[in-house]
Amino acid sequence: MKYPPNFLVIKVMCSGRVDPQFILEAFRRGADGVMVAGCHPGDCHYIEGNYKTLRRMTLLKRMLREFGIEEERFRLEWISASEAEKFVRVANEMYEKIKALGPLRIEEV
Amino acid sequence: MEKPKMALYWCASCGGCEEAVVDLAEKILDVINLVDIVFWPVAVDFKIDDVEKLPDGSIVASLINGGVRLSEHEHVVKLLRRKSKIVVAYGACSSWGGIPGLANLYDKEEILKYVYGDAPSVDNPGGVRPREKHVEEVELELPSFLPRLLPLDVVIDVDYYIPGCPPTPEVTWKALEILLSGNLPPKGSVLGASDRALCYECPLNNTKPDKILLKDIKRPHQVIVDPEKCLLTQELICLGPVTRGGCGALCIKAAMPCTGCFGSLDEVIDYGGKAVSYFASILDYYTEEDVERILDRLPDPMGVFYRYTLPASRLRGKIKTTMR
Ligand code: SF4
Ligand code: SF4
Ligand code: FES
Repeated sequence: MKYPPNFLVIKVMCSGRVDPQFILEAFRRGADGVMVAGCHPGDCHYIEGNYKTLRRMTLLKRMLREFGIEEERFRLEWISASEAEKFVRVANEMYEKIKALGPLRIEEV
Repeated sequence: MEKPKMALYWCASCGGCEEAVVDLAEKILDVINLVDIVFWPVAVDFKIDDVEKLPDGSIVASLINGGVRLSEHEHVVKLLRRKSKIVVAYGACSSWGGIPGLANLYDKEEILKYVYGDAPSVDNPGGVRPREKHVEEVELELPSFLPRLLPLDVVIDVDYYIPGCPPTPEVTWKALEILLSGNLPPKGSVLGASDRALCYECPLNNTKPDKILLKDIKRPHQVIVDPEKCLLTQELICLGPVTRGGCGALCIKAAMPCTGCFGSLDEVIDYGGKAVSYFASILDYYTEEDVERILDRLPDPMGVFYRYTLPASRLRGKIKTTMR
């Protein structure tokens, strides 16, 4: 089982390290979709990193809508280190949905 | 010796930045003694023609407020850029778009339709819209309305920024002193303000606990504010932790939370993104449903977190796509 080849993985120490600015920057630089994945609630190595992620990404989602970015292009998932299968499934699912939407081509200025 | 030449211009702004310069009060006389104002539409009767006649680079500094929204703004700022050694974005609108920049959540047609039709106070049965050309005996031209509002530095090269909505007289004066000293900081610097977050200069900072978790989000009209206690602990959205200091905590001293008019600190690439990162993380909720429920108490997150900076955000406003 494989995740889509154009699914670029960026590893960070904890999902709590993912600043909403990074996601906005990713879209600006041409990402067609962004998925943030963290450990399951209660399982964060840094205790509450993923709770912060949950709050941040839930708010960001509402704002992405107002930026005109379709819901399918952003996703938050809880996937533990042992759940390779889930990672692949979710990545493929997201890939299919974005493929149906087409690329996100943001006009400069 | 000839005095250095200075120009001031306004683009899409409310006039508050002009007022802020006048608010220098008697210090304005010092400014007049030090410089020769060659262009300042709001106060001095020079025309664009007069600027065109000046040699390139002959104006020492142009202070430009307001975002670029009309073709006329674009024309004049490009002219001022050519004529000036230093161009300064004066105020929040010029630096990042400001409040008029929130219109970037709508496209040009939506804005015109509302302003000349749907707004409750409009009575326009003929559906009259401004036209760029009008011929009746003589030919008249109006500037065109650009597709979106742009911060000054997207349109021309900008040397320095003076933040605030509007900049306070203290900040303006400090910035002018730096500009006239000839001892110039690196290009791109923010003049007259602080390099640290507003909380550092806030008189309530010592009442702020190390860790804050919020059960509720309130708006200023929903609380009787205790003016002696950090506003964040009173469940008001105070953006002091992510906003550049320098204003002297003006709003806080008036029992109002900081809405972020001094913009972001260095290193931040998207003020709203940073503000979301900070504010959301202290909501005391642990499940998706609970977080959604508390966020329903925040009806306009774009207006709160991007109040002054939407056109300078990573996406600049509602995105336009070339394919859909
Ligand atoms: S959060 Fe606001 S009220 Fe509290 S210390 Fe910072 S600026 Fe002052
Ligand atoms: S407290 Fe915040 S909103 Fe008020 S003047 Fe200062 S920076 Fe601007
Ligand atoms: S270590 Fe914090 S989410 Fe995985």
